[in-house]
Amino acid sequence: MSSAPPGLRRTALYDRHVEAGAKLVDFAGWEMPVQYTGVREEHMAVRESAGIFDVSHMGEIETSGPQAVELLQRLLSNDVAAIPPGGAQYSVLCREDGGVLDDLFTYRLEVDRFLTVTNAANHVADLAWFEGNAVDFPEARVSDRIDEWAMLAVQGPLAREMVQAGADSPLPARMTSETRRIGGIEVLVCGTGYTGEDGVELLCSPGQAPELWDQMTRRGARPAGLGARDTLRLEVCFHLYGNELTVERGPIEGGLGWCCKEDTGFIGAEAVRAAREAGPAEKLVAFTIDGSGIARQGNPIAGGGEVTSGTLSPCLGIGIGMAYVPAERAALGTRLEIDVRGRSRIATIAAKPLVPKR
Amino acid sequence: MAEASYPEDLLYHAEHDWARIDPGDPGQATLGITWYAQDSLGEVVFFDPPSVGTMLVKDEPYAEVESVKAVSDVVAPLSGEIVEVNDSLPDNPAMINEDPYGAGWLVKVRLTEPAETESLLDAADYRGSLGG
Repeated sequence: MSSAPPGLRRTALYDRHVEAGAKLVDFAGWEMPVQYTGVREEHMAVRESAGIFDVSHMGEIETSGPQAVELLQRLLSNDVAAIPPGGAQYSVLCREDGGVLDDLFTYRLEVDRFLTVTNAANHVADLAWFEGNAVDFPEARVSDRIDEWAMLAVQGPLAREMVQAGADSPLPARMTSETRRIGGIEVLVCGTGYTGEDGVELLCSPGQAPELWDQMTRRGARPAGLGARDTLRLEVCFHLYGNELTVERGPIEGGLGWCCKEDTGFIGAEAVRAAREAGPAEKLVAFTIDGSGIARQGNPIAGGGEVTSGTLSPCLGIGIGMAYVPAERAALGTRLEIDVRGRSRIATIAAKPLVPKR
Repeated sequence: MAEASYPEDLLYHAEHDWARIDPGDPGQATLGITWYAQDSLGEVVFFDPPSVGTMLVKDEPYAEVESVKAVSDVVAPLSGEIVEVNDSLPDNPAMINEDPYGAGWLVKVRLTEPAETESLLDAADYRGSLGG
């Protein structure tokens, strides 16, 4: 097997991707499959049966020790103390001014041991942020675990039964995580995902990831790439860091006030509280294009605002997207005039999610 | 079309376009994008043809093709005036993937600088330019 291009990392599943005919691209410094047979086919496989994604490029930070909760309460916007052992929680990581550094899932593995999953592009900066703030919490330990975990997402209406078929006991429910043996491999099974479908995310040692991948594809899970991952998440209006979320924007305007618990005193809580009380100047909305055309990230909107993500929805067959617009023009049904590379396209603000979640 | 192919009877532009000089009329050409271009782009989901009468300038973009993931400019391999566009593509843009040198053609042009064909690549040179 050839070696990775300079500066690019490969996951433990690289050979599987090549065998499956993947088109590989540079994604946040990782050589990742953007598609295998085609974005639309892979997208529909996830909506109708089950797909499997290699998301091992995502990072993991473990926080442990008697002050782990205190440290995470300071870092993460949500109420970390409210996560039961075995539970999972979504939150954002904010700067003092409320700007969003990353959005993250945190799993409480044990009372004093947490695993936080980072976005690939932010992992190094997140880790530095965790470590920098850990100085004030001597009884908390922060460890980089990116090299210890491979991560596979099995998603779709048939995903759970495919994973269950090889598991030694019932899988954990949605928003919880537990260790299981799947075909003899020790796996941290998490009832989470990024597609709007039922399914699980599987964390295992990188050395065993190819065997776990093979088990799942043998049972019918179809390899799906980052292209389908993006269209799936956009149909159900999940945020993508770098598109809907940036350090220039706070969680309130991004519609993530629900995962901010200012009373916990997290970094940025005062800025978030002020934004919540004042109301944001812009709001994140979902839209559908009337007629043909596809808006893309960065397309400006007449009267202010811009598109953060846009694609052709494989399920709806029309252009869809998300955009920040002035708060007074963010109501459902509002018409938007989007400048798509010099051509005006009309869109309508629509309810989130654009495709029903399951 | 699953396998790469670069027909011998076409002329190629390094920006992954092809031109077929009309066998009965050397002043007219049909234009499209190559197998490599459509494969890199992935499934084409949108093509908005330019209007008949549009003047193309060699090496300048004259249209866009969109896949689910991205938008890509289509560069004119030759200069000329559009005399016909492929009207079936807006309803069936996937034809650009399925038959890039046949039913997936984009436009026909009346060439204004026929000598420009000399700067285009033949199939072997174009394939060579793609490396490996």
